[in-house]
Amino acid sequence: MDFDVAFLLSTFVKLVAAVPMTLGLFACSVSLGAVFALGITYCRVSGGAFLSVFARAYVFVFRGSPLLIQMFLIYYGLGQFPAVRHSLFWPVLRDPFSCAVLALALCTAGYQAEIMRGGLQAVPSREIEAGRAAGMSGLLLFRRIIAPIAIRQALPAYSTEIILMVKSTALASLVTVWEVTGTAQRLISQTYRTMEVFLVATLIYLLINFIIVRVMALVEYRLSPHLRERPVSASDGGRQGEVHG
Amino acid sequence: MSWIDLIGFGEHGRGAILLWATGMTLAVTAASLGIGALLGSVIAAAKLSASRPARWLGDAYTTVFRGAPELLIIYLVYFGGSQAVTAVGQWLNYEGFLGLPSFLAGAIAVGLISGAYQAEVYRGAYQAVSRGELDAARSIGMGTMLRFRRILAPQILRFSLPGLGNVWQLSLKDSTLVSVTGLAELMRTSQIAAGSTKQYFLFFIVGGALYLVLTTLSDRVFGFAERRVARSFRHSLGRH
Repeated sequence: MDFDVAFLLSTFVKLVAAVPMTLGLFACSVSLGAVFALGITYCRVSGGAFLSVFARAYVFVFRGSPLLIQMFLIYYGLGQFPAVRHSLFWPVLRDPFSCAVLALALCTAGYQAEIMRGGLQAVPSREIEAGRAAGMSGLLLFRRIIAPIAIRQALPAYSTEIILMVKSTALASLVTVWEVTGTAQRLISQTYRTMEVFLVATLIYLLINFIIVRVMALVEYRLSPHLRERPVSASDGGRQGEVHG
Repeated sequence: MSWIDLIGFGEHGRGAILLWATGMTLAVTAASLGIGALLGSVIAAAKLSASRPARWLGDAYTTVFRGAPELLIIYLVYFGGSQAVTAVGQWLNYEGFLGLPSFLAGAIAVGLISGAYQAEVYRGAYQAVSRGELDAARSIGMGTMLRFRRILAPQILRFSLPGLGNVWQLSLKDSTLVSVTGLAELMRTSQIAAGSTKQYFLFFIVGGALYLVLTTLSDRVFGFAERRVARSFRHSLGRH
């Protein structure tokens, strides 16, 4: 394999043109998945027996089976039925992009629901009691006490899930969405230079993930001022060790 | 022909071939776990070593193989491996294309990914071993190898069991992507059955259900192993 900088550069430019598609898949599916996950988490923690069983079953099925088979089931499987083809959902289920988003969202919802549940469980009951004692209830209690603690707790696991989702968008190429991996395959079929093109594609994913890791670290930093060292001022600099020790 | 005949074991049934394919999925996942264990322990050692270049290489490995899409890694290994094999073939005066066997390519690709995750598991397990026990071993005169064999290895293996369970589940799902190389594992076989009978929904549901059986069973097996191993911790946990 000879090292052809001009070819690598032109490949890079062509693949970067497909990055908006990858990011579109990613953003749509993560946010739609978060909405589903909120519903599932609600069913799991505050619903009755029936809703709780539904939530458990959902998480079991979507975390226990591979994403690719879920995606094929939605894209190829549902279109098999005339009832689906004549229904109002057909414009959505006919389109590879929306099928890929739907499959990615349904799958990540299972994982995100577990992360949200973990975050909620980490809220100490005494904080909730204190909130109630101060007269908060319902949404106010959730907004002021539960959500801030749960979100901070869940954030590291959430970052991991988001990175997994960036990688999962590559599967959309198998249902003919022209995102980075799909575009790479098309370039290969034109140039027959497999390794170079796939390596450039890998580099692009690594860059995207690197940026996301940085952004999430920044969000975590912003949300945890209480865990940081206090800025040292002249008057209390000497007591730094005592306060945090 | 009813759907029960299609997935059954009769003349036109796909039951037998789907079960065979489930076995193939297990085999390729197990092979990748083995490859990943070898790679993972080397990478973990590199990440924990005192040498700065080794640590850097270890970090680079885990960053790349946990950050790049699994599908691309499988493509790279399959096509890259085939190119390498063809080059060796030409060197041995064999003209024409030689493919890397898809089982081998799949096991190596999933193994490379699994190795990155396993490295983190082993690193965590190493760090969980009590420093006091290592000091005690040193003070009674055990050498590096003996310490590793008697103190480190037994505990690292036990501590890493829950993490390995997670890696196994990840690899099981990554193995579906090996279907792009043409290996007749569960994903590929469901796809072929779906395509040739036009019963897409049925065969993807059946394939998905078989994957659920695999993940549930592996959960049970790892749960059993963890409880078994926990017995040896019962007396020591309180003393750390």
